Amino acid sequence: MATIFQRIGAATSLSYSIDTKTSRRSLSERKASFVVVRSDATKINTGLNRIGGRVDHLITNAVATKADTLAASTASKPGHEVLLFEALKEGLEEEMERDARVCVMGEDVGHYGGSYKVTKGLAPKFGDLRVLDTPIAENSFTGMGIGAAMTGLRPVIEGMNMGFLLLAFNQISNNCGMLHYTSGGQFKIPVVIRGPGGVGRQLGAEHSQRLESYFQSIPGIQMVACSTPYNAKGLMKAAIRSDNPVILFEHVLLYNLKETIPDEEYVLNLEEAEMVRPGQHVTILTYSRMRYHVMQAAKTLVNKGYDPEVIDIRSLKPFDLHTIGNSVKKTHRVLIVEECMRTGGIGASLTAAINENFQDYLDAPIVCLSSQDVPTPYAGTLEEWTVVQPPQIVAAVEQLCQ
Amino acid sequence: MWKHLPLWKLLSTVELSTSITKSKAIFSSALNFDYSKPHYIKFFSSGLYFIILFLFLFFSDPSPNLTFQSLQQPKTTTDAMALARRSSGLLKPLSTASSSSLLQRRPFSTDDTTTITVETSVPFTGHNCDPPSRSVDTTPKELMTFFTDMAFMRRMEIAADSLYKSKLIRGFCHLYDGQEAVSIGMEAAITKKDCIITAYRDHCIFLGRGGTLLESFAELMGRQAGCSRGKGGSMHFYKKDACFFGGHGIVGAQVPLGCGLAFAQKYRKEDHVTFTMYGDGAANQGQLFEALNMAALWDLPAILVCENNHYGMGTAEWRAAKSPAYYKRGDYVPGLKVDGMDAFAVKQACKFAKEHALKNGPIILEMDTYRYHGHSMSDPGSTYRTRDEISGVRQERDPIERIRKLIFAHDLATEKELKDIEKQARKEVDEAIAQAKESPMPDESELFTNVYRKGYGVESFGTDRKELRATLP
Repeated sequence: MATIFQRIGAATSLSYSIDTKTSRRSLSERKASFVVVRSDATKINTGLNRIGGRVDHLITNAVATKADTLAASTASKPGHEVLLFEALKEGLEEEMERDARVCVMGEDVGHYGGSYKVTKGLAPKFGDLRVLDTPIAENSFTGMGIGAAMTGLRPVIEGMNMGFLLLAFNQISNNCGMLHYTSGGQFKIPVVIRGPGGVGRQLGAEHSQRLESYFQSIPGIQMVACSTPYNAKGLMKAAIRSDNPVILFEHVLLYNLKETIPDEEYVLNLEEAEMVRPGQHVTILTYSRMRYHVMQAAKTLVNKGYDPEVIDIRSLKPFDLHTIGNSVKKTHRVLIVEECMRTGGIGASLTAAINENFQDYLDAPIVCLSSQDVPTPYAGTLEEWTVVQPPQIVAAVEQLCQ
Repeated sequence: MWKHLPLWKLLSTVELSTSITKSKAIFSSALNFDYSKPHYIKFFSSGLYFIILFLFLFFSDPSPNLTFQSLQQPKTTTDAMALARRSSGLLKPLSTASSSSLLQRRPFSTDDTTTITVETSVPFTGHNCDPPSRSVDTTPKELMTFFTDMAFMRRMEIAADSLYKSKLIRGFCHLYDGQEAVSIGMEAAITKKDCIITAYRDHCIFLGRGGTLLESFAELMGRQAGCSRGKGGSMHFYKKDACFFGGHGIVGAQVPLGCGLAFAQKYRKEDHVTFTMYGDGAANQGQLFEALNMAALWDLPAILVCENNHYGMGTAEWRAAKSPAYYKRGDYVPGLKVDGMDAFAVKQACKFAKEHALKNGPIILEMDTYRYHGHSMSDPGSTYRTRDEISGVRQERDPIERIRKLIFAHDLATEKELKDIEKQARKEVDEAIAQAKESPMPDESELFTNVYRKGYGVESFGTDRKELRATLP
């Protein structure tokens, strides 16, 4: 898996750490997706007013080749290198230190340290009640988290695998999503439900589920999918600080991604998409693990002379139609690459949304590449063919750009 | 009573005249009475007819005021006066004891200092614990408050019944009449900082927690003045400032929520408890046992209250549960079986449970109660149980009647005063309904409010938004 360095994060953040007010203004012209705070973290998260036309000011995160990034990282003051699960842990730990109401509950999160080591070391630090080892009862501990949230706590509920959250669907749909509405605004449910999903390495059908599509029509919740250590930490912090219930989708195969992230505290916007690579010919919308398949395909495409614009949509509900729309208006061709199922997946609703809103700007019908509508088989070769592979992406772009 | 008379008067005068003429005829024949002939039957039968007619007349009054007070109202005819005297002697009113005290009439007691000790109807049955004693201490003020509050609750539910039938309330409406003692007894034992969470039969519990009649009726009719601004409905009553967490439609889903409330109380080291209520139908849900396991594991101050009204929707408890001893289902968790129609038993049990939960963790209370209505308004309630059963329970175990008898036994109020309270309840309920009817329906813009919390400064307009505005806090 290629490592990706994000140039801006390390370089520019430091120079703005002195005065948050000036940084706000200048930041809004630069990278608009994070806020820099003092290193002592006293004043956190100053407001960032974004006006329309933001994308024009965006300095996008170019996908640099290895040589460039090496130079960049040595030139600027480095952040620190982390793996994705460590980034998640950092985000979680910082939020737990900041706010005593944040607590974690899930299976094996406490003494065991988390099945993917996301909560390692937190239980000895914060105590057993704040990092709660639950029995294997998803329905009721999700309900418990929601009940605790009704009184003002901010639990982070971990599902060991997203597929297990199907058992808690009633709690997530009825009690989590709808309580703010049916109580007329009296109760807010600031929970974060997170866990790994997606197709792994021969994990079998039941442990390779993509639940984004099932949750997407629940009113009242927000969904985000992280793909890099940088946005994992930022989204985790944003999700914990949000007063709405947020479902954070991680991916089993991305936990060991390595990246350098800034030392300073930063919080990303939950409803924003990330511009991975700007381009002119075609807009490729993707999220989570498929981002890397797309970037791999992008290398091939660049060699063939195409200039794809790659956007990691990150926010699955609601869609960031602003960024997407601006991109469509520029390139007039859209390709959606996702790991979700073909029927009723995220791509399906994204296709509908783009068609409804940007019909006039499209030169060609939207192509949506998604996983096959089959349970994920165990056999390695078959499993490879359920998800979208880079050659398929290249072929689709070539056909789209004819 | 006499205002109901006109039609009867007309009929009775007709009947009277015919019977008088009849009896006159017979009387005349009685003068030269021959016992050997069967004329005396006619004489006696018509006379009897005469007497029965007038007695029937007197009984037919829909709201008979058979007390001593009727003597003091001026009567229009001497006949009636005589009848009244005779009937008041014949039909001994309940308040003969109070009639003597009428001479030194006092208003009903709001005494808070004298202690009255009441015995619960049946002793408690404990599982893995020592049940509390049967004697409950109370004050006259509390007794009167119980009566007043239960009268209000009963009146509200009956009014909701008629509102539903006149299609002002739509959808689901689950009525609580018959079970009021559970709500009242619980409130008497706890504070407003202890949390209560229940299922969809929540109107009276909302009232007990301090909700107003206007908020209830407005919410039932879907108006803006409702407690959830008309967006929740019958099954979603909430009152955050009184720690009433609703109001949930899915059977059993509120039990893990309740354990979450208890978890938060333990997390914050508060000295309060959570009462998680569910029914005998929900007692068979798996998430209940999951939640109970967790509550017992971490010693959460959760009290699980099973309101056993013996019918889970349309299925009797013995047809749905292998073991209908719901208080024993906790196994290692102690349980207590309580007569749920006796408000004082409920009060005692809840007090005991609160002390237990703060020290030792969860406890299950099974309230043996009964609902007079069906499961909801679309259920007549008589296809799976007999009308005799319903009226039998109403006669023998009705919670309001029990309090009424206690009040009379302790001489705290007269029957008229209690009737006045019920009339007052009726009046206030009618006023609340009228006020609620005037409240407007929610605005169209309210369709999209409260979907998301404005924590991140984001406004939502459906699933896709054309303009993205985001401000970080």
